[in-house]
Amino acid sequence: MEKLLDVKNLHVSFDTYGGEVKAVRGVNFDVKKGETLAIVGESGSGKSVTTKALMHLIPKPPGRIKEGEILFEGRDLAKMNEKQMQKIRGKEISMIFQDPMTSLNPTMKVGNQIMEGLIKHQKMSKPQARKRVMELLELVGIPDAENRMKQYPHQFSGGMRQRVVVAIALACNPKLLIADEPTTALDVTIQAQILELMKDIQKKTDSATIFITHDLGVVANVADRVAVMYAGKIVEVGTVDDIFYNPQHPYTWGLLGSMPSLDSADEELFAIPGTPPDLMHPPKGDAFAARNKYAMKIDFEQEPPMFKVSDSHYAATWLLHEHAPKIEPPAAVKKRMEGMANSSSSSEGERV
Amino acid sequence: MTRYIIQRLIYMVITMFLIATLTFFLMKFLPGTPLSAADKLSDEQQAVVLEKYGLNDPVPVQYFNYMVNLAQGDLGISFQFDNREVTTIIMERIGPSVQLGFQAMIIGTIIGMLLGLVSAIYHNGIMDYTSTFLAVLGQSIPSFVFAGLLQFYIGVKFGWLPVALWEGWEYTILPTISLAIFPIAIAARFMRTEMLEVMGSDYIVTARAKGVNKVGVVFKHGLRNALIPLITVLGPLAVGLMTGTLVIENIFAVPGIGEQFVKAINMNDFPIIMGTTLLIAFLFIFIILVIDLLYGVIDPRIRLAEGE
Amino acid sequence: MDNHKPSKDLFVPVETTETENEKISRPSLSFWQDSFIRLRKNVGAMIGLAVLIVLGLMAAFGPYMNDYGQYEQDLSRAKMPPKIEGLAWLGMDGTLSDVQSADTLEGAQTKALMRFNNQEEFITTEVLNDGSNGEQAEVRATYDVYAAKDMDENFWFGTDGLGRDQWSRTWMGTRVSLYIALLAAAIDMVIGVAYGGISAYYGGRVDNYMQRFIEILVGIPNLVLIILMILILEPGIMSITIALAISGWISMARIVRGQILKLKNQEFVLASRTLGAKDGRILQRHLIPNTLGLIIINTMFSIPSAIFFEAFLSFIGLGLPTPMASLGTLIDAGFDSLQIYPHILLFPAIIISLIMIAFNVLADGLRDAFDPKMRE
Ligand SMILES: Nc1ncnc2c1ncn2[C@@H]1O[C@H](COP(=O)(O)OP(=O)(O)OP(=O)(O)O)[C@@H](O)[C@H]1O
Ligand SMILES: [Mg+2]
Repeated sequence: MEKLLDVKNLHVSFDTYGGEVKAVRGVNFDVKKGETLAIVGESGSGKSVTTKALMHLIPKPPGRIKEGEILFEGRDLAKMNEKQMQKIRGKEISMIFQDPMTSLNPTMKVGNQIMEGLIKHQKMSKPQARKRVMELLELVGIPDAENRMKQYPHQFSGGMRQRVVVAIALACNPKLLIADEPTTALDVTIQAQILELMKDIQKKTDSATIFITHDLGVVANVADRVAVMYAGKIVEVGTVDDIFYNPQHPYTWGLLGSMPSLDSADEELFAIPGTPPDLMHPPKGDAFAARNKYAMKIDFEQEPPMFKVSDSHYAATWLLHEHAPKIEPPAAVKKRMEGMANSSSSSEGERV
Repeated sequence: MTRYIIQRLIYMVITMFLIATLTFFLMKFLPGTPLSAADKLSDEQQAVVLEKYGLNDPVPVQYFNYMVNLAQGDLGISFQFDNREVTTIIMERIGPSVQLGFQAMIIGTIIGMLLGLVSAIYHNGIMDYTSTFLAVLGQSIPSFVFAGLLQFYIGVKFGWLPVALWEGWEYTILPTISLAIFPIAIAARFMRTEMLEVMGSDYIVTARAKGVNKVGVVFKHGLRNALIPLITVLGPLAVGLMTGTLVIENIFAVPGIGEQFVKAINMNDFPIIMGTTLLIAFLFIFIILVIDLLYGVIDPRIRLAEGE
Repeated sequence: MDNHKPSKDLFVPVETTETENEKISRPSLSFWQDSFIRLRKNVGAMIGLAVLIVLGLMAAFGPYMNDYGQYEQDLSRAKMPPKIEGLAWLGMDGTLSDVQSADTLEGAQTKALMRFNNQEEFITTEVLNDGSNGEQAEVRATYDVYAAKDMDENFWFGTDGLGRDQWSRTWMGTRVSLYIALLAAAIDMVIGVAYGGISAYYGGRVDNYMQRFIEILVGIPNLVLIILMILILEPGIMSITIALAISGWISMARIVRGQILKLKNQEFVLASRTLGAKDGRILQRHLIPNTLGLIIINTMFSIPSAIFFEAFLSFIGLGLPTPMASLGTLIDAGFDSLQIYPHILLFPAIIISLIMIAFNVLADGLRDAFDPKMRE
């Protein structure tokens, strides 16, 4: 399939009071047309920074794109200036944020907030835009659009607001939609509704999506492919099946192991010990080494390259090197992998 | 909303009543009487004067009369100044004070707002540092020092504007500027902080993510949200201006309430001091009320929450 | 990608221990250490502090640096301009000068000389414009006052209308301002903190009554309160002190109360209470340390406004009575002869501005250093 977005060796840093925070340190990934890529990883691993950098939305200063290419339909966004980016934002790429309570302007009518992009990018007249806003509100499931668009955000519930945010993002039929933890701030039933809505809309509009989440359950539900981030790098990337049934990176094992599953209440959780490294002074070698109970000497000396597991599956761990001892994932994780393999309709994940 | 206003008005009346009572009894403790100011009077004349000021009545009666008069806007008779009514004196002199206060307030908030806005937009740039530095100066240097500088340089040395008095619009310029410096500084600093906070908020990122350009982000999304809290400093600023007019009117010989007040202090003219004090208290409470209401009108979160 | 060929012996497992984990993270500074480092790095605040120290020293020792007392009047030396040996280039050369203009050069000359009572031997004139180009002729006369009055001692800041030494009086005035600063800080720290703390900590009825009382006080403008207080007391340092004591602590009390109410319900306080900690201990261990930053910041901000208030009251004649010197009264006196002798106003005006700027800048620095919200 054709690549819509191709990110190469992206580095993003923040020049802070205490020094340079290397939040994103050489990230490579791509998104194909119509596909959903999930990015997972613990808090602070650089998911938001990566995606915000794509749209030049990191605050600068202190933030800056240090290096790398962001090829969107062949054009390098990293080299674009603010003016050029304004034509991309909202029109070709749009974004949904985590907290619907704060991501809408409290002093502007909801309708106007949705209309803004339409008037700007599609040169619609006010009445045209108003009509489109009604359609959009209906699309995202807000009844009584006529009246609702004249209200202010505080008159909407959290779930409703997130629907409005979705409507804003969808207004101009973007080719790429970035959703940064769109459901984290919502309660479970609303979460499910918003997810359904997004899946639905994606089917209708055929846009590609980057979906950031902590919730692996959501990943299994919505994503085609998954990228696992740790300390500003992608440590493993593959299809959902690759990551869930055949994870290679010990960090991915940790993530999978720490996910409680409903069907097996008795099993132990596998927690990742320690805390992520300080991105101001990233350690030498593999950033995960200090928390990795399978760490080898080399992990403290050299950074692992991306090893190819299959055509769709890559992981950055020295454990995949030919000299490395063969190590099995911990039992808890393995059991979980099997559990997942059984419960899903697909058979075994592709073994390498 | 109506209930809220009524409630606030009741509070206002109670506070005014307390202040008036306090004022009255303080006045009873004060050493000065109309007699001390006048020349030697015979006993008979003294009795006439005391009678005229109602000072022969028992204190509770005096208090009652005082309050009744006050409720009718009668603040008593001046000890000096040809025994004129305090209310009349104040009414004659309120014009210049109000004009100065208004001019300073409007100039202060507008220029201050612009400075703060520039600071926030060019955060950590030269403009930001300059405007922040100026704001610190404006906030620190007392208005009467500024007034001295302006009067000496603009008035005396260069002779561009009149040094003092009140005979036309150009006479208002120097006092207005002297008064406006403090509001400018405070509004600039407040605006800068608010604007920076607003510009860092999520909905600004949302707006940028929509492709809104910088001007739109700053003015359509940022400014309005930063302006709402600015209303909260208007109250303290107005109060500061009232303090300021006391000295500034004196320095520039403006025939306003402040100048009269300082004169009265130096002449121990208690009815005028009390009258002006009550007026200041009243204006203070009234302005705070108006600003609170204004806040409700401008912020849709409050406005609609009350309306529904 | 597989061009790395690391040697085989590197592929041996190592024990990862907690210590290695610890090593990675930065040495953690306590809140206070961190705050002080921030404060020290703040150039503006440090300059402010230095200025205050210098002014404090001058206030302490300045009046003793020459032989004139602050009340020594001598009309024969009234309104002397400032003179400091070696600072002539700053204009502190003990002379007065004035520019006069007239239609003819002679006219201007005469006017210029007349300006200083025709004491020609002490006047040097300088022609700025001889009037030949059709404009008015301009002559600057410079009058050496010290020579004219046969004065061989110097008045560094000049003298006032009664011949009192401005240097001594200015530093005495500075003392008053600094006293007010200490006073305001003490009032905030003692009354404000105690009131707010007690009100919040005990809550319930106590809190209710204490808050009602504050509400009444808040309704009365400070200015009115202070003026009333000063009118019944005699003007003077004591009544200013009392006036400030009555009104100065209110905002601090409210802030402390708010903060403690917030902290009181936080887990660590609830936990230690559940564990049976005594009131005093909770206050000491949890509430005060967590409120201190806020208290310091707020105290620092109330100092400049108290200093201003004293100067303001003295300026309008409600502050220190004559002949005592406060920067406010000195500036007030300076206005009387501003047009001809601006120096009388100049020095107290500079000093009070410096004090105010220094305290404001220091307060800003403290806020940036101690307010967790201000950290990036
Ligand atoms: N404005 C900033 N200044 C300095 N550092 C920043 C800034 N924004 C982000 N960072 C740093 O970048 C790193 C990555 O942050 P990011 O927000 O991308 O994490 P995340 O993976 O999205 O986490 P979460 O799941 O909690 O949203 C963090 O270490 C954070 O401290
Ligand atoms: Mg994030």
